[in-house]
Amino acid sequence: MTFWSDPINFVAQWLRDVFTGWGWSSGLANAITLLLGALVLISFAMVLDIFLVWIERKVVARFQDRLGPNRIGPFGIFQPFADIVKLIIKEDITPAGADKLVYNLAPILSLTSVLLLWAILPLAATIYGTDLNVALLYLVAAGALGTLSIIMAGWSSNNKYALLGAFRMVASMVSYEIPMVVALLIPTIITGSMSVREITLAQGDGGVWFFIVAPLATVIFLISAIAELGRSPFDLNEAESEIVAGFHIEYTGMKFGLFYAGELLHAFTFGGFLAILFFGGYRFFGLENLHPLVGAVIFLVKALIGYWVIMWVKYTVPRIRIDHMLGFNWKFLTPLSLVVLMVTAVLNQVLAGTETWVYALVMFLANVVIGWITLEALRAYSRSQRKAEEPVVSSVAQAAHH
Amino acid sequence: MTAIQIIFILSALVILGAAVMVVSTKNLVHAALYLVATLFGVAVLFALLDATFLTVVQVVVYIGAIAILFIFAIMLTRREMRDQGEQLNGGWGAAALIGLLTFGGLFLLLGNWRGFGATAAALPSGFDGVVELGTALVSTDAFVLPFEVASVLLLAALIGAVYVAGTKK
Repeated sequence: MTFWSDPINFVAQWLRDVFTGWGWSSGLANAITLLLGALVLISFAMVLDIFLVWIERKVVARFQDRLGPNRIGPFGIFQPFADIVKLIIKEDITPAGADKLVYNLAPILSLTSVLLLWAILPLAATIYGTDLNVALLYLVAAGALGTLSIIMAGWSSNNKYALLGAFRMVASMVSYEIPMVVALLIPTIITGSMSVREITLAQGDGGVWFFIVAPLATVIFLISAIAELGRSPFDLNEAESEIVAGFHIEYTGMKFGLFYAGELLHAFTFGGFLAILFFGGYRFFGLENLHPLVGAVIFLVKALIGYWVIMWVKYTVPRIRIDHMLGFNWKFLTPLSLVVLMVTAVLNQVLAGTETWVYALVMFLANVVIGWITLEALRAYSRSQRKAEEPVVSSVAQAAHH
Repeated sequence: MTAIQIIFILSALVILGAAVMVVSTKNLVHAALYLVATLFGVAVLFALLDATFLTVVQVVVYIGAIAILFIFAIMLTRREMRDQGEQLNGGWGAAALIGLLTFGGLFLLLGNWRGFGATAAALPSGFDGVVELGTALVSTDAFVLPFEVASVLLLAALIGAVYVAGTKK
């Protein structure tokens, strides 16, 4: 291993040698190196976060037929630094009757729940925080901490709107957790492991990207990820027209900034997980074998594409009502995901040992059949709904006519 | 002292301190949040024992579901979050005595146990706890029967909850 073939691990090994050279025990040297590695990873994520602010503002501007930030630096790229200065010098207000400790802890916990996810993201074949054998459950567990941070923020603000926003957010996060867990089980079944590293490797040599094998799971994961993020069309937690800004209504300055940064980084991270679970992670037709950093760039580009899709949905689809949102989850997404899970599990056993292309083709066709049946069922349902509503509409029209 | 011992002592202090605060704080939401801290500390202990699956499930189930349910129940049922009444009742002396006796008994018992000071044997290489657990849950000479009984019980609870909550037409 030289510096040029694998810089990150080379530096880590060099640091370990330096520390043991100072007479430290190998355990201590290892712990300090890992601590420094975590610090570097978090710093990288936070610096990336600064540019995500710029990307988000630029993309939303394009979707809304505007130019977006364009004054500071080329293409307005230094706008986030102006935003940060503004957030820092704003007055820091704690509302009267707020629960100070919980109020100040909530934004930190919110950002932490996102940064925790970076521990398991494999940026390249040799660049990853840790290779957990329960990584996908870890993803769900970090989401649970995010839920907790939102309920803490909503309750401690001593504000009705904040509490309402928190209730809505928690209701949606707790219920959309179910299709998300089921969608996460599908790559687990195909790979036979919950480790994201194993899942990436299984989509490499001799395997196909899982969005071909499990297109419905890809869509279900994307939908439940957007719900977990609380972005439009599931942004009832901060519905400006009803509850002003939801759970973060009372937060000012950098405390609001932490929520905002956490949301953007969360969206990007879920784009990354979409890339890892269904689009091959850092792999791109052997290009990643050139150099670990090439793999990292491929991963970041794929994550950005996933993030772009999430933004695309956010700025295109209007907000839906809370009963529709919960009905969509419990009456449509959960049963559908369970059906997909059962079919995938059975087919995975039946097709064990067959050629990769047979496996992928049969899995894909099974997904197409399930999708087609679902669409037909939805069409029949909406037709019956329309029929039930029609007489009412015509009587109203007649009443208006008279 | 090794790094693991330091982490163990820190998390044990957090668990015990937060557990005392759960029963001594007057604010019910604070009690629920201290409970979260306690449960998180227990998750750290699982992680120290290389039980990754239990660590993550501890966070998902206890913090993600049960603690959130507690907080919801408190917020929806109480107008006043602060408990006004006395925190101790007449039986506190007897309770303290029983608590001390239990602690003393456990202390003696564990003090005489040889495994107390032993270091855990290293796991064999290639050992995957999740695979072992999954195989044990579905193999006929291990835990398939309790596993199935528990799933039937959970399904019954789920259907029962839907039936109770559903409005009759």
